Amino acid sequence: MHGPTYVPKYGFTRWLDSRLPLLRFTQEHIASYPTPRNLNIWYTFGGILSFCLTVQIVTGIVLAMHYTPDSRLAFDSVEHIMRDVNAGWLLRYLHSNGASMFFLAVYIHMFRGLYYGSHKAPREMIWILGVVLYVLMMATAFLGYTLPWGQMSFWGATVITNFFSAFDSLIPGLGTSIVTWLWGGFGVDNATLHRFFSLHYLLPFAIAGVVVLHIWALHVPGNNNPLGIDVKGPQDTVPFHPYYTVKDLFYLSCFMILYAYLVFFSPNLLGHPINYAPANPIQTPEDIVPEWYFLPFYAILRSIPSKLIGVLALFVSLITLLFVSWLDTSRVRSARFRPVYKQFFWILVADVIILGYVGSQPVDASLFNTPIPLVWLGRIGTLYYFLHFWVITPLVGLIETPKPLPDSIAKPVLAVTPAE
Amino acid sequence: MAHSQSDEPTRRDFLYVATAAVGSLGAAATLIPLIDQMNPSADVLALASIEIDLAPIQLGQSVVFTWRSHPLFVRRRTPEEIAEAKAVKVEDLLDPVARNASLPDNAPATDENRTKPREGAAKPEWLVTVGVCTHLGCTPEASTARSRQGDYGGWLCHCHGSQYDLAGRVRVGPAPRNLDVPTFTYLSDTRIRVG
Repeated sequence: MHGPTYVPKYGFTRWLDSRLPLLRFTQEHIASYPTPRNLNIWYTFGGILSFCLTVQIVTGIVLAMHYTPDSRLAFDSVEHIMRDVNAGWLLRYLHSNGASMFFLAVYIHMFRGLYYGSHKAPREMIWILGVVLYVLMMATAFLGYTLPWGQMSFWGATVITNFFSAFDSLIPGLGTSIVTWLWGGFGVDNATLHRFFSLHYLLPFAIAGVVVLHIWALHVPGNNNPLGIDVKGPQDTVPFHPYYTVKDLFYLSCFMILYAYLVFFSPNLLGHPINYAPANPIQTPEDIVPEWYFLPFYAILRSIPSKLIGVLALFVSLITLLFVSWLDTSRVRSARFRPVYKQFFWILVADVIILGYVGSQPVDASLFNTPIPLVWLGRIGTLYYFLHFWVITPLVGLIETPKPLPDSIAKPVLAVTPAE
Repeated sequence: MAHSQSDEPTRRDFLYVATAAVGSLGAAATLIPLIDQMNPSADVLALASIEIDLAPIQLGQSVVFTWRSHPLFVRRRTPEEIAEAKAVKVEDLLDPVARNASLPDNAPATDENRTKPREGAAKPEWLVTVGVCTHLGCTPEASTARSRQGDYGGWLCHCHGSQYDLAGRVRVGPAPRNLDVPTFTYLSDTRIRVG
């Protein structure tokens, strides 16, 4: 699937084209790249995510010019950024809220893929690289949250790194050795902070590299679309520019309004006040809560009373995503034509939100002042998460009767607008 | 090999395999320092032991010290608390092993084994444990005369709800193990060395 061939017009561009075909690449993969004509708002989040990554890298590099990754100085250097550095407060709030906006966009992007069947053949590799990107994002966000060296930074790092100590139940001493190696000591300390800073700086560039592969894999079969049917000819597509550059920019602007609202009016809404207290290794906060974007997985961890199985369930809940392309047995991609799958899709969305709520509450909380312990809601939610992917999705694909698919992308578009 | 149809390995095959083997060994060897640098450095390992003065600790009080960048609990138990801890049957415990660094790995989690120093007899009044929840490393909160934490009179971990009894033994999960007892020695009646 390629657009019109690039023909260099000037002497210089002809010279350049035979040496480094950069303009040819830009023309074929961005400007005239043929894109299904029916992409809706939910398809603008790929562009929004590129914007988020750029903002995080740019603000992050600038913040690193003022930050000190030493356990005695880290907390104060963040306060120095907030109080003394010119526009430092703005840069830090852009970076910390940027992480939240990044995850908001990635969750919409992932659910969009599940709804319209973008993970199915021939796009399995795009989805798998997407899951890799998501896990890299989680690692980067976790490492970054440690850097301010507040109470939640410290204890969050302690709890997450201790996941690996669960392997002590498999081979005694294995987990402890891994954790000691990760820490560079007997607990989260100066050595840990230094390496977390180093890796937090590295991983965004790894993400950028995998993004290139993600887009490369996208440009082999081309975009999926809300109808989930293949492009049949030029009548089904429009060039990426100006149609989708403008559409992406419009929705990016809407996204930036929300981002700016958080940064300027409510910069600590999604943070934890206790992280403005310096790290104290001998006092655990009353309640350790991760950032909102980790809450569903935190609920899965906490809903299982065995340490090893809880940690494994958390890892498996992520690994499960790698297999979704094959677990979905239906040949119809878009949920628009799958009445049964569509309902289970929305139940999954609700399930993840409920898990997030359970994860945000204290471990011994009950459901809305009723005597029902919240942990049971978490257990049902965890069970349903795995059932959805490993049982419901394969079965629904086998027993469901999909609605008739349209003949082509262009046809229903013309059908609803007879004037054309 | 493209140049030979014979099944007999050629000298060139031997050279390929030998080169690849030596090359991968060399590459693996360079990984060792890159991985090992993340293990605790010499200055971290040097902070091995501390001495604690027990005299200021009141009956029924639990005090937190710092040892190897972890909290360390030293609790002076009342006679009632000692009796309660001794009354627990080892069969009823989630983790029936003492987890005392001075004892063999399979020593039962009796109250005596939980308070045993490296040398000499246990002093039931004093309980010394590492203050790190064996689930995911939070610091559990100790029960005091004013507020009892959990149902077993010892410690409650607020992170994920694990409960420990008056000998630091886990009674309610998700924590898999009893609180660790470090090696410690009585230097006098009111002084111990930990580590």
